Amino acid sequence: MFNYRESVAWADVPLMSMNDLRSAVVERCRKGWRMLAFFGVPASDGVETVCVLADASARLLDAMRAKPGREYPSLTPQCPQAHLFERELFELWGVKPQGHPWLKPVRFRPPAQGPRSSRPGPAQADYYRVDGAEVHEVAVGPVHAGVIEPGHFRFQCYGENVMHLEIQLGFQHRDVERLILDAPATRALPLVENIAGDTAIGHATAYCTVLERLAGIRITDRAHILRRLALELERLANHTRDLGAIGGDTGFLPTSAWNGRITGDFLNLTAELCGSRFGRNLLCPGGVKWDVDAALSQALVKRLRAAFRDARGSVDVMLETSSVLARLTGTGKVAFEDARSLGLVGMAARSCGVSMDARMDWPLCDLDNGSLHKRMRTTGDVLARTLLRSDELNDSAASAENDLLQLGFSSGEEPCRVAMPASMPPDRLAVAQVEGWRGEICHVGITGNNGQWLAYKVVDPSFHNWSGLAMALRNEQISDFPLCNKSFNLSYCGHDL
Amino acid sequence: MLNIIRERLHQGYRTLNYPFVSPTISPRFAGLPSLTPTSCRSCNHRACLTVCPTGALRVTAEGPELDMGRCLFCRACEQACQEHKITFTHEHRLAAYTRDALIVRGPAPEDMERPGIRQARGQQKRDLSLFGRSLKLREVSAGGCMACEADVNVLGTLIYDLGRFGIEYAASPRHADGILVTGPVTENMRKALLDTWDAVPEPKIVIAVGVCAISGGTFRGSREGCNGVESVLPEGSVDVYVPGCPPNPWTILDGILSVAWKNA
Repeated sequence: MFNYRESVAWADVPLMSMNDLRSAVVERCRKGWRMLAFFGVPASDGVETVCVLADASARLLDAMRAKPGREYPSLTPQCPQAHLFERELFELWGVKPQGHPWLKPVRFRPPAQGPRSSRPGPAQADYYRVDGAEVHEVAVGPVHAGVIEPGHFRFQCYGENVMHLEIQLGFQHRDVERLILDAPATRALPLVENIAGDTAIGHATAYCTVLERLAGIRITDRAHILRRLALELERLANHTRDLGAIGGDTGFLPTSAWNGRITGDFLNLTAELCGSRFGRNLLCPGGVKWDVDAALSQALVKRLRAAFRDARGSVDVMLETSSVLARLTGTGKVAFEDARSLGLVGMAARSCGVSMDARMDWPLCDLDNGSLHKRMRTTGDVLARTLLRSDELNDSAASAENDLLQLGFSSGEEPCRVAMPASMPPDRLAVAQVEGWRGEICHVGITGNNGQWLAYKVVDPSFHNWSGLAMALRNEQISDFPLCNKSFNLSYCGHDL
Repeated sequence: MLNIIRERLHQGYRTLNYPFVSPTISPRFAGLPSLTPTSCRSCNHRACLTVCPTGALRVTAEGPELDMGRCLFCRACEQACQEHKITFTHEHRLAAYTRDALIVRGPAPEDMERPGIRQARGQQKRDLSLFGRSLKLREVSAGGCMACEADVNVLGTLIYDLGRFGIEYAASPRHADGILVTGPVTENMRKALLDTWDAVPEPKIVIAVGVCAISGGTFRGSREGCNGVESVLPEGSVDVYVPGCPPNPWTILDGILSVAWKNA
């Protein structure tokens, strides 16, 4: 076990038999630990599996590894949150989890090593099917009617009712994890910022944190404040947009129209920081590239207040409207037990009553969280996700304002960037957990004996949460799909990487 | 109801009379690059080349050359060049009709901050005036990270109000005059992109938005395809290129208007 802010020597990550790893993981998960990542690392004789577990109550991480051979007894029956990790392991490394209930490719890509010719066509696989005289199947995508990313959805319907929804992604697979290892070092950060374009700050923070923890570098408080400011602006923009989209799918058009504009106001605040509306090129290992002086702080506070006033007013008229509330209440429910066992993260999990928020559970620095609170709801429906986002708007706006004011007062007192060593220490593992607006982003970096990456694993919140959307659709009407989808608004490329 | 009306009055009228009025963009925004023609022979550092994440820069006998079709506008070269030969201006109108016209060789023109529609760089590959009054586009995200998609989508909101130009995003390729592609085109989207393209009736256009769609951007060289639209669609099919990672919405709007605007 190790402190989450420190790196651990690769040699100290215990190598055990796959059976021991399996029982250790199952035992820990029963005690409330969570699986952060479970993935393959190339080894001299094939592949080693690494499992990183987290215990939020003690703020401890643990890592263990094993040689899985060609097959091993699956963890998923006892530990459902492993289901996608095991499918991924199977697809990438050909390691078969015996007894996995639904073993099929995740991204329809060729194996990590060996011939690349033997790839299945995208989404070409068996689908869960319901048979019966009046049962029908609805297939949607990959290309959708709107301006969104591609993905394939299969609904098994009885009349209007959805008995099961299977979500098959992989169309967006760009092989980012591999590119991070292979591409020139100058390209790594831009690549990470493109993992999920609407979460550039979240992923960049995770990547920089992994590098800083590996190097044992402490960045300045000012850098932490700037990063937090950017992260909360990202949350404000995305929540505002999605609340507008929920308005749109409910047929409440005023909020839909206004929020589209107000989202832009928040994005433009981020652009004031670094020139890019999505926060590209703001962060760097060691801190941030752009500082905020007193004059900019003052101007931004004024604009932030105006944008927040508009967002609040726009969302409030929607949430005062009884027909909207009626539409949202009870729609797309996810049960607490499902959310916990499937390992949902972030605001989707908090809406079901699962207490987790990396900002409080795994703080990146010792600064006080101020007006940021772990917001919770218990009903797990679209209404819960809507109200939770609405609550988080208040927190994020207050936090961003305080951070801007503090940056203005303390302008020039300390730098926002410290120097990083020229190379990374060899044979170490570090983990970063960052609460992006969708939920916890987890990056795991492992260096090899030359200080280069041995493996770099990225777990986007969408990786876990697409299963939540599938659960939300059970026994709902098919026409509820768009609304449920918007309430989660998951990333396709974050899942597909 | 009264609250909705009160809020409506507060939210006000927000549409900008673009392109006759210049939009306000952050002072830190990196727009059209401006290069000083100079012999880089005296420079032994070539730091600009090593810091560029995507190989967008070249140093020729006449001086530096920057390919906007590969550039992330990250300013790394601007900071690295000790002789300050590379700068980024504030000009947001970057679209081009040809791939070659995206390559910047000299200083930026001096009259560029003037508002009003300007022709995209280079020559149209064919006459686009047919699309000048009504343009329906099918958007295809093929590996796009959702940043370009978001800034394409935002053009439908009331600040930009794409509809007032007679431009709309169509839900089906059968109803479209062309496709607008974002993303580097992953191997798993190759067929879907080709099928969508085939389903659009002739005559049809292609707009490539973002550095990924133009050249693959940060994903160039990935083993999952990812070298842009032109690695998949027939040669010469792209009519307008809109560079940026992602391009600013005003840059995208300018790019679309360079196809379809009655006065273009």
